[in-house]
Amino acid sequence: MSVSHVISTPRTTSDASGRILRYTLAERVNHWIAGVSYLYCLLTGLAFWSPNLFWMAVIVGGGPSARFWHPWFGLAFTASVLWMYKVWRSDMLTTDADRAWWKGVRYYIRNEDENLPPIGRFNYGQKLFFWLMFYGTILLLLSGVALWFVESIPWSLRWLRYLAVAVHVAVALATIGGFIIHVYMGTAMVRGGFTSIIRGEVSSAWARMHHRLWYEQVARKTSGQK
Amino acid sequence: MSQATLQIRRISGHAGPVPGAGVERAQQVCKLVDTTTCIGCKACEVACLEWNGYTFSDTVFDNTYQTMPETAWNYWNLIRFNEHERADGTLMLLMRKDQCMHCAEPGCLAACPADGAIVQYANGIVDFQQEYCIGCGYCVSGCPFNIPKFNSSTKKMFKCTLCADRVNEGLEPACIKACPTGCLHFGTKDDMKELAETRAQQLREHSDFEKAGVYDPAGVGGTGVIYVLHDASNPEAYGGLPRNPRIPWVVRLWKGPAKWIGNLAMLGGIIGVTLHYLRFGPKQVEDRREQKGGQT
Repeated sequence: MSVSHVISTPRTTSDASGRILRYTLAERVNHWIAGVSYLYCLLTGLAFWSPNLFWMAVIVGGGPSARFWHPWFGLAFTASVLWMYKVWRSDMLTTDADRAWWKGVRYYIRNEDENLPPIGRFNYGQKLFFWLMFYGTILLLLSGVALWFVESIPWSLRWLRYLAVAVHVAVALATIGGFIIHVYMGTAMVRGGFTSIIRGEVSSAWARMHHRLWYEQVARKTSGQK
Repeated sequence: MSQATLQIRRISGHAGPVPGAGVERAQQVCKLVDTTTCIGCKACEVACLEWNGYTFSDTVFDNTYQTMPETAWNYWNLIRFNEHERADGTLMLLMRKDQCMHCAEPGCLAACPADGAIVQYANGIVDFQQEYCIGCGYCVSGCPFNIPKFNSSTKKMFKCTLCADRVNEGLEPACIKACPTGCLHFGTKDDMKELAETRAQQLREHSDFEKAGVYDPAGVGGTGVIYVLHDASNPEAYGGLPRNPRIPWVVRLWKGPAKWIGNLAMLGGIIGVTLHYLRFGPKQVEDRREQKGGQT
């Protein structure tokens, strides 16, 4: 499969080998721009958060450098999340299938997936994570710009300085919660998930088990093309 | 006093106790600014610039006697001017020397995340150590007096040092030395407090300033710069001197309970996913099919 073929291939295809393209190259590249920039902001942000975690800034080049780059990496992360919004927004809307699935989420947590109703390309947990990060990023951007240029906020509007601190901290902590679960599920818990965001492909069995409605849609389209 | 500034009481962003704190009792130093005898000559501003090696900044004419709106990273000492109309219709020209107040409980230090970037010496001077400053600007949010200022070319924060380098050598701060009217005094906090109270009493008893008093706000534990005011009930008239300055509650929450709640939540998240893995393990597509096949 040539590079140009991977880029131009629509995400809803499967080939004869039973591998299904789950994430296009553009989606994967963008995901990792978001991942790296978030990780940088996480390490440096935690350094600014607590003296006990200041060593995190030291491992990425020291405090002043961390302070200089944190907002720029934050902007890169914002751009990446906005692109995700553009591309995934329609896939991330809540459906009736999601509501049914969410009622049985305890089966998902206990790995009793056979008791779950079928769902589309993303499950409700992934959608919650997406919207947490999307709205979180907007709030982090707004409060972050205020913290970046804190002296430009006039003294008479100093409540904005305090609000920015409170919002940036609270939202960052919320996204960290989501991030911990996202990394755990993407690497350790849901086997096959990590390779899908690196190489882009999943097996038919994986797609059938985790995202049956999406799998059926892809299978229909593929057979229609043939 | 010469060793006093070397004794550190508090350090910003520092995990663990302050080395050597409290091994020696030190005198609290204090600057007394008597606004009732200040003539607004700005000799203190010039002395400050000269001692600290800065040049005079461009002035901004705002139809009053004030030369610029605020202190700056390279302008630590500014006379704030206000035309104040009293209840009886007479006009007063209020002058207040604005600079770092050297709070006993400094909001800048509480907000600072960089280890050692802000120190409070045992003699009460709060000083920025630019070699450790990361330029984040959190001190701007922590300060109830709007004092720390950012140098955008060096990415460091600056403010009045109370001439810690001079005080360390047994000299008074440069502004004190330059004052021609004697409205500025420097000494121990106890002595300055006594002098200030005496002056306030004099104003109350021998002039018509019945509300004369001393500004040494308790909300920040008292300050290393205290004022004698004609009207202590209206500090805002003196170029926006806050009536009851405190470290903003958001900053206290952020650096206090929120830090521990947040740390515990993050730790809880990591422990939670680890326990989940130990209890339930991974979702494996192929394995599960085999298991299912075995069960039926």
